[in-house]
Amino acid sequence: MFVRGLKRKCFDGEEDIEGTLAGIKAIPSYNLQRQSLLDMSLVKLQLCHMLVEPNLCRSVLIANTVRQIQEEMTQDGTWQMINPQSTGQASLDRLVSTDILCRSSREQAEGKHVPGYSTFNKDFEGDQAQDSSETMSTASSVQAPRNLQGHVWEMENPQENKGNFQKSLDQIFETLENKSPNSVEDLFSEVDNSYYDLDTMLTGMMSNTKMGHCDGLETFSSTTTTASNSNCKSDLNELDHIVEILVES
Amino acid sequence: FSGAGGGNDIQWCFSQVKGAVDDDVAEADIISTVEFNHSGELLATGDKGGRVVIFQQEQENKTQSHSRGEYNVYSTFQSHEPEFDYLKSLEIEEKINKIRWLPQKNAAQFLLSTNDKTIKLWKISERDKRPEGYNLKEEDGRYRDPTTVTTLRVPVFRPMDLMVEASPRRIFANAHTYHINSISINSDYETYLSADDLRINLWHLEITDRSFNIVDIKPANMEELTEVITAAEFHPNSCNTFVYSSSKGTIRLCDMRASALCDRHSKLFEEPEDPSNRSFFSEIISSISDVKFSHSGRYMMTRDYLSVKIWDLNMENRPVETYQVHEYLRSKLCSLYENDCIFDKFECCWNGSDRQVKFFTRTSDLPNIVMTGSYNNFFRMFDRNTKRDITLEASRENNKPRTVLKPRKVCASGKRKKDEISVDSLDFNKKILHTAWHPKENIIAVATTNNLYIFQDKMN
Repeated sequence: MFVRGLKRKCFDGEEDIEGTLAGIKAIPSYNLQRQSLLDMSLVKLQLCHMLVEPNLCRSVLIANTVRQIQEEMTQDGTWQMINPQSTGQASLDRLVSTDILCRSSREQAEGKHVPGYSTFNKDFEGDQAQDSSETMSTASSVQAPRNLQGHVWEMENPQENKGNFQKSLDQIFETLENKSPNSVEDLFSEVDNSYYDLDTMLTGMMSNTKMGHCDGLETFSSTTTTASNSNCKSDLNELDHIVEILVES
Repeated sequence: FSGAGGGNDIQWCFSQVKGAVDDDVAEADIISTVEFNHSGELLATGDKGGRVVIFQQEQENKTQSHSRGEYNVYSTFQSHEPEFDYLKSLEIEEKINKIRWLPQKNAAQFLLSTNDKTIKLWKISERDKRPEGYNLKEEDGRYRDPTTVTTLRVPVFRPMDLMVEASPRRIFANAHTYHINSISINSDYETYLSADDLRINLWHLEITDRSFNIVDIKPANMEELTEVITAAEFHPNSCNTFVYSSSKGTIRLCDMRASALCDRHSKLFEEPEDPSNRSFFSEIISSISDVKFSHSGRYMMTRDYLSVKIWDLNMENRPVETYQVHEYLRSKLCSLYENDCIFDKFECCWNGSDRQVKFFTRTSDLPNIVMTGSYNNFFRMFDRNTKRDITLEASRENNKPRTVLKPRKVCASGKRKKDEISVDSLDFNKKILHTAWHPKENIIAVATTNNLYIFQDKMN
């Protein structure tokens, strides 16, 4: 049940850090942990789009968690909007990963209360998240020293931090809009706006069983325009929109 | 009735285990629901492969007075098949989400089984006789040459080997856009409700082409969706009353006489949040995974991720009792969120009712126990009278019939005593989500991933 390799990597990561970044303690701060939770939640929402219709309750709960974090970050003032840069590649590798969350609970963030977070090693395997989290941890632990350097900078430049989040958000957003299909997220690029008001269409079909094939398609196409009209002007609107599309799916 | 009278703790013994022995679990064999019928003679399970297996209790053998009848397979049938929704390009799982029995009215048994989208009414009937001696047909069904028929006879029924047949009598389809999580039969035994994430529909058992929508919490703008329905149940005595629980930890009681669409609750049950325990996971762990009325209908029980709560229907602002199922997981919520275990939906159940004894015994003497599952194949029981609780394990080790189960203990922190298990050693893949209690006797059915365990109390 223990994923031994993973544990070793966590420890290795710490050793590397102490070696390369002498004097800088590898402590996951509250902000970092919160960021990590945010990234994890976003990944979870993306992973929702599989063959079987995703669990709506789970999606809603994760989306609410994302909103909570975003609200808190807005209040903190750590949420800052910067111009989205276009990226051709998914920057999952830059996600603050579960690697951070693996850190020993002995190293508490200085001065900052860590509410309800478990900072113990990731000991157990979960069926669903196993592959993804292992991949993530593998990717991140390889870059652990580099990530941490990056994070040190991010702590100094909170804008940079938000930039990563913004990039992740943008990827989801772009893929959903089918503006620039990414190979990585092609999986749910199809999932799309047909969910936007599928319910309306379905209830329409249920009440009028004689509804023709063409009628169905017309309703279908009329709902897609609303989705594509929105654009990412304000961060709150954007997040709401993404969450709505993801939850809808 | 053993156990009546305060202070007699039930001693649980292993009785039987059903299912494959090997650790390699076939996905289709994962048990997804367990339910006793109203007499307790039949025990039904549904699995991820869409099958229903019904076990029947043997008639009690007078010579074997030390144990109750064993449960053996009575009927197996494929209730639901996988479907493909071409419109959404998604599969519709055949997994049986819930089974509910109808009370028996004649020789046949009826149950409702549902997957994510479709509810079916199944008739299970026995055939132990067959007609023989037809005039025009041979025994194998081939038609006889009419010219060979020289005499007439009346066909007679002859005994045959017992055959149990299951046939679908009603199919209630196309009424749910979202995934059905609950079905509940009304006390009028004519209607039932089905609940999905956003809506609850009322059906008549005889009518399949229409249903009434009685609850709809879908927002006009799906962007605003923050709460879903997680479970629903009819009141056991009051045929116009039902409750539904939500992902935000609230329970709403509705009266169908108030209006056609019950979107205004009659009562709202919600416990205020404990600010000292607040975290980003507070909402997720408050999400209610199961709600069950007590037999009297005076109380209801809810299960959220870490606890079981008992509510008095007359008090909306807080539960009357709260029992911690596995509080030691509170510090592990982040990892449990990561591996998705935090979304596991545990069920809960009351002990069987005992209506005959009630008139002669004080209510406080009646056994009053609730049961729910946990991880590592542990399950928990809370005695409301004595306030004692116990943790037991469903495992093939130490499973000798009539040997009392040893209580288990999880060591939350600090030094682990002998026989205790540390939190980090728990196997989170071994979860007990579904348990059921015989309606009349102290027999319980506990489902691990792909095995069904039956325990009974030690008699004599």
